[in-house]
Amino acid sequence: MKLTLKVWRQKNSTDQGGFVTYPIDGISTDMSFLEMMDVLNEELTEKGEDPIHFDHDCREGICGMCSLYINGNPHGPQQTTTCQLHMRSFKDGDTITIEPWRAKAFPVVKDLVVDRSAFDRIIQAGGYVSVNTGGVPDANEIPIPKKIADEAFDAATCIGCGACVAACKNASAMLFTSAKISQLAMLPQGQVERKERAEKMIAQMDAEGFGACTNTGACAAECPKGISLSNIARMNREYFSAVVSSENL
Amino acid sequence: MILDSKIPAGPLAEKWTKHKFNMKLVNPANKRKYEVIVVGTGLAGASAAASLAELGYNVKAFCFQDSPRRAHSIAAQGGINAAKNYQNDGDSIFRLFYDTIKGGDYRAREGNVYRLAEVSVNIIDQCVAQGVPFAREYGGLLANRSFGGAQVSRTFYARGQTGQQLLLGAYSALSRQVANGKVKLYPRTEMMDVVIIDGHARGIVTRNLITGAIETHAAHAVLLCTGGYGNVFFLSTNAMGSNVTAAWRAHKRGAYFANPCYTQIHPTCIPVSGDHQSKLTLMSESLRNDGRVWVPATVEIAEKLRKGQIKANDIPENERDYYLERKYPSFGNLVPRDVASRNAKYVCDEGRGVNETGEAVFLDFRDAIKRDGEDVIRAKYGNLFDMYQQITGENPYQVPMKIYPAVHYTMGGLWVDYNLMTTIPGLYALGEANFSDHGANRLGASALMQGLADGYFVIPYTVGDYLAQIGTKPVDANHPEFEKTAKEVKDRIQKLLSINGTKSVDYFHKKLGKIMWNECGMARTAEGLQKAKAEIRELRAEFWKDVKVLGENEELNQTLEKAHRVADFLELGELMIDDAYNRNESCGGHFREEYQTPEGEALRDDENFAYVAAWKYMGDGAEEELHKEPLEFENVKLTQRSYK
Repeated sequence: MKLTLKVWRQKNSTDQGGFVTYPIDGISTDMSFLEMMDVLNEELTEKGEDPIHFDHDCREGICGMCSLYINGNPHGPQQTTTCQLHMRSFKDGDTITIEPWRAKAFPVVKDLVVDRSAFDRIIQAGGYVSVNTGGVPDANEIPIPKKIADEAFDAATCIGCGACVAACKNASAMLFTSAKISQLAMLPQGQVERKERAEKMIAQMDAEGFGACTNTGACAAECPKGISLSNIARMNREYFSAVVSSENL
Repeated sequence: MILDSKIPAGPLAEKWTKHKFNMKLVNPANKRKYEVIVVGTGLAGASAAASLAELGYNVKAFCFQDSPRRAHSIAAQGGINAAKNYQNDGDSIFRLFYDTIKGGDYRAREGNVYRLAEVSVNIIDQCVAQGVPFAREYGGLLANRSFGGAQVSRTFYARGQTGQQLLLGAYSALSRQVANGKVKLYPRTEMMDVVIIDGHARGIVTRNLITGAIETHAAHAVLLCTGGYGNVFFLSTNAMGSNVTAAWRAHKRGAYFANPCYTQIHPTCIPVSGDHQSKLTLMSESLRNDGRVWVPATVEIAEKLRKGQIKANDIPENERDYYLERKYPSFGNLVPRDVASRNAKYVCDEGRGVNETGEAVFLDFRDAIKRDGEDVIRAKYGNLFDMYQQITGENPYQVPMKIYPAVHYTMGGLWVDYNLMTTIPGLYALGEANFSDHGANRLGASALMQGLADGYFVIPYTVGDYLAQIGTKPVDANHPEFEKTAKEVKDRIQKLLSINGTKSVDYFHKKLGKIMWNECGMARTAEGLQKAKAEIRELRAEFWKDVKVLGENEELNQTLEKAHRVADFLELGELMIDDAYNRNESCGGHFREEYQTPEGEALRDDENFAYVAAWKYMGDGAEEELHKEPLEFENVKLTQRSYK
């Protein structure tokens, strides 16, 4: 396949950045999208040009490190991670535009690499059950109905890639935050800190500069792990019931 | 140096309990006077950092990824073993211990493995308390499945994402300690060297991957939780960033490296499809519970299949060879990984491979779907089937999967004693980075168990014992050794940047990988290993003359990061070959063609090789020195492993 790539290049966080066009040839349909990028980078290196920087690690769709905005969609045309996107999804002669995640809370570090540490700080605000190592009950002393365990699991599969934020016109992090709040709100282990968790995580989310939710659903439509929009509804319920009965006055 | 494993005396079942009592304690008020560095935030690192911080120590945690949640533990699929015996099917701590020792082909320490089996039950309790959503039965209790190398169902799982859920559990505990101010996180920071003062590890030198700044960090103890070195093969199931650098730099500072040749080749990976390939994808071993492995009965049928003249589903039952079920009737498709991998190689070497390259076998779900229905299979393996289809473009509900072995895990690693301390006092290695528990072959669902056992339940005790002995005096961060080590790191960076040769880092990495896979992979010979050693030496010399590393240090420079890692792989590769050459026997994942039974099984030599090979670095280019730690077996009888 022969392709034209329009890639966002930005030297560092203070550089203004811009698109650079690269023609590329000899791409096979079996290649993953990132392997296509590897080929381009080898060519650039050979020419003595700085290779394009992008985040990637496991290349099996689970670590959440890869993050390209391809032809106007986070992770490209399919509902998967960029590393799992294969070139058979494109046609010979296509022009492909590749950008970083765009959000105020995700500043660009270089080229296609962004800083997603805001997500870590949201989890640090309360995305856990406060148990120390040791001194916990036997695992089977906390029976959980299978239906609830499965639903909590569905929320827990979030990989924290940030596609939801990149997809949202408001750059909202509601899907990400709600997935963790939902998982722990559904499980018995999460009950003790349930209210406080919702309040604190949402406060941190707002403090990071993520936008509000206007229910367009782009986040769930683009989420590579299929995290459901119903988590946002649940989070809103959790939040309202937490604030009306809050002990933090 | 005599290697002292420090295995406590006494009956096997009492060793750990007795040892815990005998170890010194640090009183709660003094704990806050100690600094501990944890490098790596996978299962071992995150669980260790969180647990130590909960106890009151001040922890600094480092990872090269942008977030601790991305460590490669996240990609583990199948499950985690624990001797809970919830299924009432005859499991026990001793049975898990026995299976693990036997699965490792009798090349692991009894004491370590028994402790691992012992604390396995606590791990499940801990993870459930954190809110890890394990699979459950309709009655609300935890579900189990069986896994390779075991005849009981002791594996706990969370669909095909067990590693992810366990890591997110440990990450949440870590995040809580970050919020509490007890852990300081350093993401996008790579450890470049360890600082040794008066023979003790007293800190590390790091590179900030965004700014290139070389920084030093002082501490009373340093924990390396930096994973395995499978990427020495270039193609493996490891993440692209997985590397040996932290462990290798420690090795060059005096930490012995144990059993480097023990590599696990996982039997169920998606086969290689072309030269462009950057990594291999694992299909969880749990698939072997329901999938049947087969190839055509004859070379002729296989040829027709490869040419596309017939399709897999057209091949009648009597022309299929379910070779694992045929050769190993009692374990069938659930034989341990090394056995399954080697047999896949045999049938492909015979010319019965099933894809264009001739290096693939079938993993077929037809019968399972007929028996249980598609919905049941989807519930168990849905995400794996989707992933397979995404990568290959084929639907495994309709046609059999094609699989082939790939490098997956490294049992070797830094030598540690029972306390997980390396030969450098104050320097510890946890999880895949150490060598201790899996012998020559790791059983499925045991990596997660070991990482979390080390981090949650072993190191909090053993590091305390060391800290109590060295006293609370702060480490002098201005000691000249810090600056000296930092300068060496800077010099090396300058050297890499100034070569300005003609070949990319990947060029060298791929070449190294090919040498390793061909000569130090699934089957090894003395002759091949000698040849490979010479080739690697040549390649390493070429690397330092002709590698092209663009850009500068003071920026995000992914080529420079890779160059550092590949430079270390080029040294490690030679040591793996030395180790494989020295071990004149076959055991587990180490298969020397010269040493096999008439049936083609691994032939151990217990009289001469029942030892841990621990290698001491002797200077650049010099041959490393071999030290032997004899393995003593008091509780199991060494037998030829049989899964028939």
